[in-house]
Amino acid sequence: MSINKDTVKYVAKLARMKLDEDKIDDFTGQLDKILTYIEKLNQLDTENVEPTSHALAMENVFRKDENIPSLENDIALSNAPEKENNHFKVPKII
Amino acid sequence: MKYETVIGLEVHVQLDTNSKAFCGCSTEFGAPANTHTCPVCLGMPGSLPVLNEKFLKHSIRVALAIDCTVANFIKFDRKHYFYPDLPKDYQISQYDKPLASNGYLDINLDGQTKRIRILRAHMEEDAGKLIHTPTASLVDYNRTGTPLLEIVTEPDLSSADETYAYLTQLKSILEYLEVSDCDMEKGSLRCDANVSIRPVGQKELGTKTELKNMNSFKGVRDALNYEIKRQEKQLDSGNPIIQETRLWDEAKQKTFSMRTKEEAHDYRYFPDPDLVPFTVDSLTIENIRKDLPELPQAKKVRLTAEYALSNYDAAVISADKHLGLYFEQAAKQYNNPKHICNWLMGDIMNYLNTNNIPAIKLKDLLPAKKLTAMLELIDQDIISGKIAKKIFPEIIATGKEASAIIKEQNLSQISDTSELESIIRQVIAENDTVVEEFKSGKDKALMFLVGQVMRKTRGKANPQMVNAIIKEQISSS
Amino acid sequence: MDITNLSAAKLLDLLNKKQISSVDIASAYLNRIESLDDKIKAFIHLDPEDVLKKAEKLKDSDSKLKGLPIAIKDNFCVKGQLTTCASNILAGFKPPYSATVIEKLENDGALIMGKVNMDEFAFGSSCETSCYGPTHNPWNLDCAPGGSSGGSAASVAARLAPWALGSDTGGSIRQPASLCGIVGLKPTYGLVSRYGLIAFASSLDQIGPFTQDITDSALLMNIISGHDPKDSTSVNTKTLDYLAGLNADIKGLKIGIPKEYFIEGIDSDVRDKVEQAIEIFKKAGAIVEPISLPHTEYAVATYYIVAPSEASSNLARFDGVQYGLRVKDGEKVNDSALIDMYMKTRGKGFGAEAKRRILLGTYALSSGYYDAYYLKALKVRTKITDDFNQAFKKYDCIITPTSPTKAFKLNEKTNDPLAMYLSDIFTISANLSGIPAISIPCGFTQDNLPVGLQILGKAFDEQMLFKVGHAYQQLTDWHTRVPEGCK
Repeated sequence: MSINKDTVKYVAKLARMKLDEDKIDDFTGQLDKILTYIEKLNQLDTENVEPTSHALAMENVFRKDENIPSLENDIALSNAPEKENNHFKVPKII
Repeated sequence: MKYETVIGLEVHVQLDTNSKAFCGCSTEFGAPANTHTCPVCLGMPGSLPVLNEKFLKHSIRVALAIDCTVANFIKFDRKHYFYPDLPKDYQISQYDKPLASNGYLDINLDGQTKRIRILRAHMEEDAGKLIHTPTASLVDYNRTGTPLLEIVTEPDLSSADETYAYLTQLKSILEYLEVSDCDMEKGSLRCDANVSIRPVGQKELGTKTELKNMNSFKGVRDALNYEIKRQEKQLDSGNPIIQETRLWDEAKQKTFSMRTKEEAHDYRYFPDPDLVPFTVDSLTIENIRKDLPELPQAKKVRLTAEYALSNYDAAVISADKHLGLYFEQAAKQYNNPKHICNWLMGDIMNYLNTNNIPAIKLKDLLPAKKLTAMLELIDQDIISGKIAKKIFPEIIATGKEASAIIKEQNLSQISDTSELESIIRQVIAENDTVVEEFKSGKDKALMFLVGQVMRKTRGKANPQMVNAIIKEQISSS
Repeated sequence: MDITNLSAAKLLDLLNKKQISSVDIASAYLNRIESLDDKIKAFIHLDPEDVLKKAEKLKDSDSKLKGLPIAIKDNFCVKGQLTTCASNILAGFKPPYSATVIEKLENDGALIMGKVNMDEFAFGSSCETSCYGPTHNPWNLDCAPGGSSGGSAASVAARLAPWALGSDTGGSIRQPASLCGIVGLKPTYGLVSRYGLIAFASSLDQIGPFTQDITDSALLMNIISGHDPKDSTSVNTKTLDYLAGLNADIKGLKIGIPKEYFIEGIDSDVRDKVEQAIEIFKKAGAIVEPISLPHTEYAVATYYIVAPSEASSNLARFDGVQYGLRVKDGEKVNDSALIDMYMKTRGKGFGAEAKRRILLGTYALSSGYYDAYYLKALKVRTKITDDFNQAFKKYDCIITPTSPTKAFKLNEKTNDPLAMYLSDIFTISANLSGIPAISIPCGFTQDNLPVGLQILGKAFDEQMLFKVGHAYQQLTDWHTRVPEGCK
């Protein structure tokens, strides 16, 4: 599997990330090299191997259905790039 | 051409918990914007989710009540898409291993029972709310992280009415379980419908549209009826159905295409590494099952057997948990269940509907004891049914006993023969012509005379006695 | 007496005896930072006045740490203080809450000095991807301190702080500790709460101490470890006293030396120093035997699927909506004003390495590639863990070099991401398997750069690492060396 420029553009769009046009070639080349390296995983037979998604086998961690005080409105909004009327403000969504 | 309709539903139910799915913020509805948030439900960098125990328990209860198989191994996945109402830009949800699958729900429509299969039910967190101003969009994250159960049917529904019946039945079950208030207007129950039509006899499914933005059960029914007709017209005029999302416009009573360039979704699901998996052993599941309350279907069957109610009456009364409870409470104190049922299904439901009062309030407004005391007065001929209908709103309004109101307003029935005889004599004397008509066989004339007696007694005369005395006096004159 | 040359334990001893005060200590370090940090550039957020104020407050505290200062990597949330992960996208971000470890430290009377440099979002092995520019290795200012916790390592090595906190996702504590000649521990996954640590890869990230020696490392672990109900992956076990048992004998202990860690491409100096250290363990009575961890060569490939995949998800939230940078102006890149804002904010806010990892992770998780990349990597992860499980059936611990190379020159690897990734080759496996690993100094190269050796142990057997490391430090004095320019 190798990656081309269009795939890099598609993935960047999926990740909502603008790439400078003149950097796309660099990214494509670097990612291709990394993915080629990663292909060495295919040397291994993993047919009957269970995947490990967590570093430790833990299960059933809950919290009780109890309320903890929330943040004050002004604290919740204290880092907001833009706010209006106690809300976070974003560009108009059509 | 004749078509048949295929509908599948995705229902999102907000489960009733004190705190959110993965943090301790309150789930209370209607708080000032962004006052029920914390680093976790705001998706602040570094914050981590911890599952609310009750969320899982409620979800399992619902899953069992709709006869799903509950998974022994439960995990959460991240579903990625960028949107401002989703603070982390991913939603904690369940992908390839939903909590529950392969259930069903039986609906009753026109005396027929139909089984609607349920494909899956999975747990996820709710998103925030967007408000659109002319120049910007504003975000309130109070709702973010509220526990949701998404219940997905197989495409087994074949009309708007069936869909309505399904929703009603589902709501009834959820209320019995006390896991959700199911208020579509508040958004605690939300429903999207996939609908397609195909010529009768065709095997392949037609192209479907996804309907959104319905805010009531009625809205769902209206939207589906509209959309089915629209699709029929399209096909009849040789136009294809476009696979798209359409929004129901309640005011215009039409569905509209969202007309957005929808990108192909690529949600990049993967197991959420911040949450550990959960195992639920079969014994725990069986214990939860044993703890389930009696559900509407079972209650209906029991009401017909135990109280000799008709299927229809039992269905109506058991559909609302609180109506059912009220009925049984009243039936404990008064041994004519049919009489209670008639009142519940007639005047009382009318009153509740007219005043938009939920059945849960009935026990406070009109305690079952007060209702049965009134019914006893009717049985004892102390008041007529008509008087009872008149005073029952007053019992509710004032909280007084029926007997007290009757006394205050001097409403008890006149069953004293001599008093009635003298009034009737007077009426006969005043209405010669009508009396003659009656004699010549016009039954209507009798009703007029009875009415006159009622007027003079302000409705308090015992109607059966009045009837008998009039006939007797005329025949003996 | 030079305060800044004392270990944390010794400073604490003097504080307990009331021979010095928290203000003396804070002033001494501030002076040293003032004179040295222009060259090293370890600190990125430091408010000397605030530090002195806090020191004054803690002066007569009867807490455990009595105002002993600590440097914090910039990916820990500290309430009300700049926390940027050395990224433009978090410009100006002041979290409304503190990480659990910060709360624990403050509850025990630690003085949070300020924030130290790191690779942007911990993406890197040289501290060069920081938006604030690189930190310099105190042993040679032309060299990188390693990364990603380069600021933490450099600050302790240069004695700008008695100790520091860092995070380790693929070696980000151990590799810079090794390259800066100090002790760096990556504890068992789940032992230290991650709540409030800005996530890079949730299933790999772990918080740990940078210290001058093993005793300080154990002391700091006593404070920061323990169950946290706010972190679902935090382990609920009884808390241990890591200071107890430090002096236990290592005679008869079985140490495995994996052959896969002495490959071609490893610096000969590094190999020599580690081999010399192994001889010391033998002399102390340990039984040292060669072993094999056959899947070692797949660790980097596995890691560079798992870590970027999780990172691409964890970093989705940096979108200009709630905090940090928002870019709306400039040439339009999308018809939707919202998507336009997302793309420009993330385009400008993330540096090149962050972009690479987000692209890589997004690609690996995207439709059609999940099984080939992500799922495959998770399965190989199982095999790598199995290697360790097998080894620990027979051996008490495993010793390897921490890094295949000594500190490399700044800019040497910045244009070759894969070469940079391969510098984590010996540290990544411990993260994939969740096991604890520590790097301790074991000598110097001919050009006077430090070399570190890594001790790996069974999950939750930090005590073994401390015991072995402490025994070594009783027989050597590498850990007491201070860089020439910093004396």
